[in-house]
Amino acid sequence: MTKKQKKVLVRIIVSAVLVAVFSLIPVNNPYVRLALFLIPYLIIGYDILRKAVLGIVNGQVFDENFLMALATVGAIILGEYVEGTAVMLFYQIGELFQSYAVGKSRRNISALMDIRPDYANIEQDGQLEQVDPDDVEVGTVIVVQPGEKVPIDGVVVGGTSTLNTSALTGESLPREVQEGDEVISGCVNLIGLLRIETTKEFGESTVSKILDLVENSSMKKSRSENLITRFAKYYTPAVCIGALALAVLPPVVNLMMGNPAGWSQWVIRALTTLVISCPCALVISIPLSFFGGIGGASSKGVLVKGSNYLEALSETKYVVCDKTGTLTKGVFEVTHIEAAEGLDADELLEMAAYAESYSNHPISRSLKDAYGKRTGKQIDAGRVCDVEEISGHGVSAVIDGRKVSAGNAKFMKMLDIAYTVPQNIGTEVHVAVDGRYAGYILISDIVKPNAGAAIAGLKAAGVRQVVMLTGDAGNVAEAVAAELGVDVVKSELLPADKVAEVERLLASKGEKERLAFVGDGINDAPVLSRADIGIAMGALGSDAAIEAADIVLMDDDPAKIAIAMNISRKTLGIVHQNIVFALVVKFACLGLGAVGFVNMWWAIFADVGVMIIAVLNATRTLKS
Amino acid sequence: MKKTYKIEVDCAACAAKMEEAANRTNGVKEATVAFMPQKMKVEFEEGADVSAVMAEVLKNCKKVESDCEIFI
Repeated sequence: MTKKQKKVLVRIIVSAVLVAVFSLIPVNNPYVRLALFLIPYLIIGYDILRKAVLGIVNGQVFDENFLMALATVGAIILGEYVEGTAVMLFYQIGELFQSYAVGKSRRNISALMDIRPDYANIEQDGQLEQVDPDDVEVGTVIVVQPGEKVPIDGVVVGGTSTLNTSALTGESLPREVQEGDEVISGCVNLIGLLRIETTKEFGESTVSKILDLVENSSMKKSRSENLITRFAKYYTPAVCIGALALAVLPPVVNLMMGNPAGWSQWVIRALTTLVISCPCALVISIPLSFFGGIGGASSKGVLVKGSNYLEALSETKYVVCDKTGTLTKGVFEVTHIEAAEGLDADELLEMAAYAESYSNHPISRSLKDAYGKRTGKQIDAGRVCDVEEISGHGVSAVIDGRKVSAGNAKFMKMLDIAYTVPQNIGTEVHVAVDGRYAGYILISDIVKPNAGAAIAGLKAAGVRQVVMLTGDAGNVAEAVAAELGVDVVKSELLPADKVAEVERLLASKGEKERLAFVGDGINDAPVLSRADIGIAMGALGSDAAIEAADIVLMDDDPAKIAIAMNISRKTLGIVHQNIVFALVVKFACLGLGAVGFVNMWWAIFADVGVMIIAVLNATRTLKS
Repeated sequence: MKKTYKIEVDCAACAAKMEEAANRTNGVKEATVAFMPQKMKVEFEEGADVSAVMAEVLKNCKKVESDCEIFI
């Protein structure tokens, strides 16, 4: 508890004890009784009364303080001393609880996002000295000990270690680093001592950028938040005027009809409605829900740049994905080996890998990688000679004295060798040994392991259509789409076509439906900014992606999109629950209060109780 | 020019009032108050005297919410 909160707590206890004691003392003189009860009333309410008066002076008439001051002063004038003091007491208890609960969740969320390094170690005369990361210049060598955070982006110049990136990505996948590797600030050094030469200033480092983004996220307010602020602006004055009418009109009507006026009864009813109608439950719980949702998402490695994007995400009906790098790894790998009769697959791969061993083309590299992985052997350059590359066709070489040719179908035709047409999709590498067909190897872009589950998750979260855009050939795209369960595929698109495609979808969708675009942020910045929500993935170390997108996935796991959608739907669900719950209880109590069925104690529940329940409900957004 | 200030305010409605008050101040182009992180972001008009404008912002905020604080 802060000092301010402790002071309020003491005032609450003192005045509660005094009220209890005074209501037990039998005092017959009404003036003495008033004087006695004014002591606890002023102890608990002096600041509210002061604020109410200041509010009137500064032209802020109808605020919560005014409501409370009016209601309690009114009750005391009518001789309801215990009720008057109790209303003030409970109002203060409610306010204290609210400020405590909000402060606590604020700190919890901030702790969740607290990846800010406090210091950097610099070696001076053999001694480590802790300095403010802001003071470290580019090119300084800093020392990061095991268990410490990397404070500034840089390159390892000494030592090897394992880094934990979970503070950034939400996943504890340790990353090995050694001399020459780039490291990103915010990671935690797990085992060895690292010397890092900084390449950026602290303010430009990944960790600062992320912190900046998260802290600014609540500046962009959602529609629900704006709605409630506007609502509160008109609601409180409306309630005050309504209460005034309730206090004055019925007695006047009574008098005109020739009945007893019943002033005190109607004034009490009016005061009750004033207490009930405090809008704090709504005003506090909605921003708290969004803050919790954004905090919960960032602990899962999903950065949401504003409450408005979290809100929009929950209304997303169309998700447009880029293929390469988003749903697929964007790395070529050997996916199928089909050896001709009399040969085994390893032998075929060995021939192809050796033939291509002098090339640095992605296809050659994937062959060499696959060879290394499958057999555990290294390429022995001495076994290869007479390498000849035929551009656009393939390579021929002499390996262990046998002439091996490896290349595409055109190459086989050129050599006049009969070849098998592959059933599956991918880039084909046909191999012939000494003029005889030996088989083919298929190489394709690998679908990410979570991609299928991610798309199923999106559908489960209410997405109507998942569209995949790609620059790849139609048959490759169709095959990937079918495997993943994508609804619509557009292939052979140039970057400009992708924008046009998104524009077309935006024009055809319903007004309340949102369209999200998911890309790797590398060359799809125009599309990211054109879509209702731009989601960039694999942002670790990519400033461009962090800048261009509205929602940033710290690693490249597509399943995070579904996680983010679920968090957004849960958050919005809680926001709506709170709005409906608070309004229903308040209007029900208001209605009953106006006709006299609700006493002051119920009114206190309708105000403080509803607010506490709404705040507790809002803190659920953190746990996802 | 944009600057971010740490603030202290007790309720979200009060934060909204501060935002309105700050936006009414001369020399402020746009001000946003975020209740949760307890921050105020102010974009100043071209050539405005930042410290004078902020003193005025604080005065206006105090008027609408007497126990708010801006750490200038």
